[in-house]
Amino acid sequence: MLLAKVVGTVVCTRKDEALAGRKLLVIQPISTDHTPQGKPLVAVDSVGAGAFEEVFYVRGREASFPFLPSEVPADAAIVGIVDQISISTGA
Amino acid sequence: MLIGRVVGNLVATQKDSQLEGAKLLLVQPLDLEGKDRGGAVLAIDGADAGPGDRVLLVQEGRAAQLVLGKGVAAVDAAVVGVVDSVDLGR
Repeated sequence: MLLAKVVGTVVCTRKDEALAGRKLLVIQPISTDHTPQGKPLVAVDSVGAGAFEEVFYVRGREASFPFLPSEVPADAAIVGIVDQISISTGA
Repeated sequence: MLIGRVVGNLVATQKDSQLEGAKLLLVQPLDLEGKDRGGAVLAIDGADAGPGDRVLLVQEGRAAQLVLGKGVAAVDAAVVGVVDSVDLGR
């Protein structure tokens, strides 16, 4: 799983029917110091994330698992909203 | 998923039998500014998209197989939506 920040939303009227009612969010992957890392992508939301929240997401086949038994054709899904991250240095 | 633009379609008479009846689109992935992002990919169409449409592209085998709807199949990319709008809150 990877960290990202929600930076936008995507609206599609015409789409695969398994995506009906699913929220599509533009996310920017970030590093642990909250700076952007890599390129933005679109992910399906499974946790009720909103604009500018820090989230974590999964990529690949596993991205459809949060929506089972509905089989959603997704390759990225937001699976958590970050409350807080503590990073131990020199542990 | 990535946002892309349909830049063409492809016809192949000789192809894997599971691909029969599937519409193949040539999709150019875009960045958020609308500029090209890497090379174009071939994807099966799951959203009745056509040339010029801005679309949502998945690049993952299982997701593409779900769109094709024929069980395990030799596909790795699919168009799953036609994008109406992208709001970046800026």
